[in-house]
Amino acid sequence: MKSPLFNRLALAASVMLVGGSACAQVKIAYIDPLSGPFANVGEAGLKGFKEAAEILVNQKGGIMGQKLEFTGFDNKGSPQETQLQLKAAIDQGFRFVTLGNGSGAAHSLIDAVNKWNARNPDKTVLFFNYAAVDPTLTNEKCSFWHFRFDANTEMKMEAISNFMEKDKTIKKLFIIGQDYAHGHQVAKYTKEMLAAKRKDIKIVGEDLHPIGRVKDFAPYIAKIKASGADTVMTGNWGNDLSLLIKAAKDAGLKARFFTYYAGGLGTPQAMGAAGENQVIQLTEWHMNVPTKNTEKFALDFNKKYPGVWFYYLRVNNMVQMVAQAMNTAKSTDPKAVALALEDMRMPVDTGEVWMRKSDHQAMQPLYISIFSKADGKTVKHDSEGTGYGWKTLATISQRDSQLPTSCIMERP
Amino acid sequence: MEFVVISLLNGITYGLLLFMLSSGLTLIFSMMGILNFAHASFYMLGAYFAYQISTWVGFWPGLLVAPLLVGAVGALVERYGLRRAHRFGHVAELLFTFGLAFVVEEVVHLVWGKVAVDYRIPVELDGTLFTLFDTSFPIYKGFMMLISVGMLVALYALLTRTRIGLIIQAALTKPDMVEALGHNVPRIFMLVFGGGTALAGLAGVIGGNAFVTEPGMAAAVGSIVFVIVVVGGLGSLGGAFVASLLIGCIQTFSVGLSISITDVFALVGIALPAGSQVARLTITQMAPVLPYLFMVAILIFRPRGLMGARES
Repeated sequence: MKSPLFNRLALAASVMLVGGSACAQVKIAYIDPLSGPFANVGEAGLKGFKEAAEILVNQKGGIMGQKLEFTGFDNKGSPQETQLQLKAAIDQGFRFVTLGNGSGAAHSLIDAVNKWNARNPDKTVLFFNYAAVDPTLTNEKCSFWHFRFDANTEMKMEAISNFMEKDKTIKKLFIIGQDYAHGHQVAKYTKEMLAAKRKDIKIVGEDLHPIGRVKDFAPYIAKIKASGADTVMTGNWGNDLSLLIKAAKDAGLKARFFTYYAGGLGTPQAMGAAGENQVIQLTEWHMNVPTKNTEKFALDFNKKYPGVWFYYLRVNNMVQMVAQAMNTAKSTDPKAVALALEDMRMPVDTGEVWMRKSDHQAMQPLYISIFSKADGKTVKHDSEGTGYGWKTLATISQRDSQLPTSCIMERP
Repeated sequence: MEFVVISLLNGITYGLLLFMLSSGLTLIFSMMGILNFAHASFYMLGAYFAYQISTWVGFWPGLLVAPLLVGAVGALVERYGLRRAHRFGHVAELLFTFGLAFVVEEVVHLVWGKVAVDYRIPVELDGTLFTLFDTSFPIYKGFMMLISVGMLVALYALLTRTRIGLIIQAALTKPDMVEALGHNVPRIFMLVFGGGTALAGLAGVIGGNAFVTEPGMAAAVGSIVFVIVVVGGLGSLGGAFVASLLIGCIQTFSVGLSISITDVFALVGIALPAGSQVARLTITQMAPVLPYLFMVAILIFRPRGLMGARES
């Protein structure tokens, strides 16, 4: 004797089963701040990943016929919350995670992933790092289960210090950073490398401020000004950079800024005209690097998401490399994907990205560029509608960006 | 010299903004005995209301309307929330305002999202007011100072020179007597609560675009206003004023001092062991925690605060 309710439930269950298998997907958990002081950074990243997956993978046949999908998990920028979100993602069946914001969170995630994989060898998880640049993640703490798609701080500072070596106008340098692993490392490598290359540059000050908590940088700017610095080095990102530069503008500070992240996420808008010829960045790409596909991708992206500006080329690179690794391995098992990713060379719009096998650090061309007035020619596109865009000052080839690693990797 | 003058200006600007926030809090506390944990939430609401109004009709109407709206919300909260909670004692009130802070934050998440909104300084106020030792001082900071000082004068005049001010002051100490004289004391309480929150709202209107308008902004200032109220003396408006300027200056000047704890102890002749992590911390690094250390010191050595009238 079957009740109508039972019939309906059975029908619903079968629909769910069929539905489930028909849209089987490759799911990647995006664990990053989606609330709190860096919510804007996390939101922009998630939009970038979704768009890249759609345009660069799903519209081109997907991964063995399956769709690639990104789901956001809010870690609020905190290392503790990162572990909870990883647990939640694993419970929901995710086998791949990506994270970029904050080396503290990245350390926490790499530890949690290592531990999980050691205990659950049949349900391993793979961590794609698109922006956490602490060098230890591919040196002392390197892991088979971690791949980094951004150049690390050591590589970035090598490029910047080589550039500074030639610029004789730099005499007094001030280092300001966020008080956590990343800020400490930027300061450490800046001092080490300049001591070797330019002994005459005087470090006139070094400050670390609490991350994400300072809303008024005027006191710090007053200090930089009092130090007489002509150049400022900062690894700040998100609002910590926008507000720093905004305060410098308000106080009329005339020093030049060397940054990692001035190219996006609201900082160009905060600078406006005051940033002209004052702010320099090191990136893997900017809008005025001549490219075949990325220019159109970026313009379409900016049109589709008003107020968010395409910023991360490495997100596109990562999505393409991960998709190719899965297609090559003909598997979505994390271990097989990791083995296929190792040593992969992927032609991208700016040249070639090589995932070094020994430490899982991606090698790619890097660009040093300066904020300049858009002129339609070398500065073809402006940044965030400001009328100012990035002009390439120097290009660092993939080969030149490579540095040795101390990684001794444990392989499964 | 340049550093001292500029830092002083920065410190006073920040201090005046803090005063706008803490004046409402201390007023509410002295009248009603309520420590309003949600006070900074009204600051945040002020910023968001002003942002919303500025997208429709511009900044200037918002400057007036947003604090009034916040005050109205505050009055409603007092009338229909706090007054009920009051019957169950101080703990209930405290918990009520504590919960309210979370509710406001979630409402802001729902309405305006988790990402900071683009609330900007109006173009008329974007620029340089004057240049001192070739550091420029933005017009907007001058405007902030003007509003804060104007508010201080108006508040002082209201409390000491008007009839309603007299009744408020009387209700502060002798509510029963004031009631016996035929005044509606609960309504005065509602007005004071509304007025106090409106002041926080005004601080939000001018602080929101000077800094960042985001859901975390309430939490960012929430604890510091309590420091001010405690340091100034619970319930003392003058104390809150002095404490605000003091905390504002402590925060700006401590950022500028690169000497380490070792140096500080060396000044009084104590040599700290070299190589200790703590001893190498500079005053700059300790800047965020200094106001709290100051509060602890005040509580130990002068529990009633700088100008507080009573011991508890």
